[in-house]
Amino acid sequence: MELLNKIFVAPFADMVSAPDFLMQVLWEGLVSGVLYALIALGFVLIYRSSRIFNFAQGIMVVFAALTLVGLHEMGVPAWISVALTLGVMFGLAVTVERVVLRPLVGQPDIILFMATIGITLFLIGFGEIIFGGENKQMITADLGIPTGDVVLEPFGGLLILQHIDITAVVVAGLLVLGLLLFLNRTRMGRAIRALGDDHQAALSVGISLQTVWVLVWFIAGIIALVTGIAWGSRAGVSFALEVIAYKALPVLMLGGLESITGAIIGGLMIGMLEKLFEIYWGGPLLGGNTESWFAYVLALIVLLFRPQGLFGEKIIERV
Amino acid sequence: MLYRTAGQFKTSYRADQALFPIKQDAFLLGIVLLCAWVIFPLTASEFAFQTLLTPILIYALAALGLNILTGYAGQLSLGTGAFMGVGAYACYKMITLMPWMNPVVAILLSGLFSAGVGVMFGIPSLRIKGFYLAIATLAAQFFLVWLFEKWAWLYNYNASGAIQVPNLDIFGLYVAGPQASSITQYYLVLAIVCVLTYLAINLTRGNLGRTWKATRDMDIAAELIGINLMKSKLTAFAISSYIVGVAGALFVFMWRGAAEPNLFDIPLSFRVLFIAIIGGLGSILGNYLGAILIVGLPVVLNTVPSALGIHVESALLEHLNIMIVGSLIIFFLIIEPHGLNALWRLIREKLIIWPFPH
Repeated sequence: MELLNKIFVAPFADMVSAPDFLMQVLWEGLVSGVLYALIALGFVLIYRSSRIFNFAQGIMVVFAALTLVGLHEMGVPAWISVALTLGVMFGLAVTVERVVLRPLVGQPDIILFMATIGITLFLIGFGEIIFGGENKQMITADLGIPTGDVVLEPFGGLLILQHIDITAVVVAGLLVLGLLLFLNRTRMGRAIRALGDDHQAALSVGISLQTVWVLVWFIAGIIALVTGIAWGSRAGVSFALEVIAYKALPVLMLGGLESITGAIIGGLMIGMLEKLFEIYWGGPLLGGNTESWFAYVLALIVLLFRPQGLFGEKIIERV
Repeated sequence: MLYRTAGQFKTSYRADQALFPIKQDAFLLGIVLLCAWVIFPLTASEFAFQTLLTPILIYALAALGLNILTGYAGQLSLGTGAFMGVGAYACYKMITLMPWMNPVVAILLSGLFSAGVGVMFGIPSLRIKGFYLAIATLAAQFFLVWLFEKWAWLYNYNASGAIQVPNLDIFGLYVAGPQASSITQYYLVLAIVCVLTYLAINLTRGNLGRTWKATRDMDIAAELIGINLMKSKLTAFAISSYIVGVAGALFVFMWRGAAEPNLFDIPLSFRVLFIAIIGGLGSILGNYLGAILIVGLPVVLNTVPSALGIHVESALLEHLNIMIVGSLIIFFLIIEPHGLNALWRLIREKLIIWPFPH
């Protein structure tokens, strides 16, 4: 009885009695959800255009953020280091395409997946050697990102919104919008989608596989940089950040590997639900730290009913 | 020349399907077994036992377990580390609850727990395929490691949250814990690995193995010819997890001596997956070749700078190691996506027809 009360009654009573705290929890969840969605977006883009499950996306976030901070520490002005970092990400895209992907065209999915884990390890080692392993401060102020917070008082309570978080949400929204426009309204965007549908058909109408792959990895790099800046200004920049890559995977499961809408909605859902679960159920009943697995279990349960995720393409198999 | 097949005629289908179609293969295996059972133990140093021989065998066993699931039955799993953890914790609980138990029996029984958990997390595989399933197995990975940390009963409520292997003996001979000698542990691991490998070879060549392969190659077609997919996938999960669980128990009891929950975290899963893939999916030999490469490489890399007389800081060396391992994974995938096993098959074929090119 006591247990049932703790599971089914007490958490909801808490939510109703302190709506401002509930809103704070939801806001925090929303912000992390936006970042999960951004990382998932990088995955989805690469998966759609090449059927490569790019495990390195998480490490690209760290690598981009580290490059940015590292360049700034060497005395390069903030905005120039952003431009240079973009250059580095472009170089990375070209190198990955040339050295890793091109020789592996047409190999089974799992081989390409393994290769991206190889890239992950390489980038970890490389980044640690060049930039060092210690936690660095993100150069939030130098980039002109407002710091400070907004204090709201809904229902006579207290709700604190960090400026950084608001900026992150707005920028992420703009980025997604731009990406959707690019994919749906431009020639190059159509080429990316065509390649995702059928490699050979796309090649036969003259779409260059190499160009598109470089472009897609570069876009994934840009997304990684934005995510890195946003997450880095909350938690600092170090290789510990790579764990957020693992957070993006259940988002992909939930939303579907091919769907941009799925990545966004899945990311926001998981971000908010895992915070809610941790605060109201996980912490009091299970000893906390449930965020490490909650998203996976949630996604697993959804997948049992919809094996292709909420928005994924239904796979029709023929023998 | 070495692999000349002249004079070895096969007069029945049975002989054609034999485990060693060519005499030299059996001879080669004999040499390898002789090395493993006699020559290495006689010559190896304590350092070699601790950093090379024992871990290679244990990692190869874990990779063998994973290979049955991923290579033979086609179900990609990223949760191997956690299943190893289940084996290790189950073994620890059995040993501490029933101290009179023979450690070898405990290790072999601990695989059963891991098999049970494996089947439970394998149930989604009936609905979910490919990368979705791979991410679903990550649920097992994160959930189980969290459980190892939070469920204090598992580590007997000790303050450190880690499990410590006590001194265990069989008929007065210490086989685990601080008092056990490396060579005893090596022999024990070797014996278990040999038996399980023998069983695995027979399983994969038999009826069950063919069922798995059919499931892997095309599950709908397999279903149409009357294979029960549920049985096929779940037995693959059970047997794979059993072997992985035993490997996990050996990992802690015969090698590490102590374990914290985060030892079984995702890097361990990936390590085992690397071994299975670099060795070659769908092969038994590959697991050993892969383990030799992945376990041996860092050891070799660590000794290179001091052998050349260059002083390199240990942190830098570690990062260089990660970088080189990453590049080598990509390199091996590019030169032979089907793994070292396929490379060996190629060499063997060339040797058979040598000195003629065709």
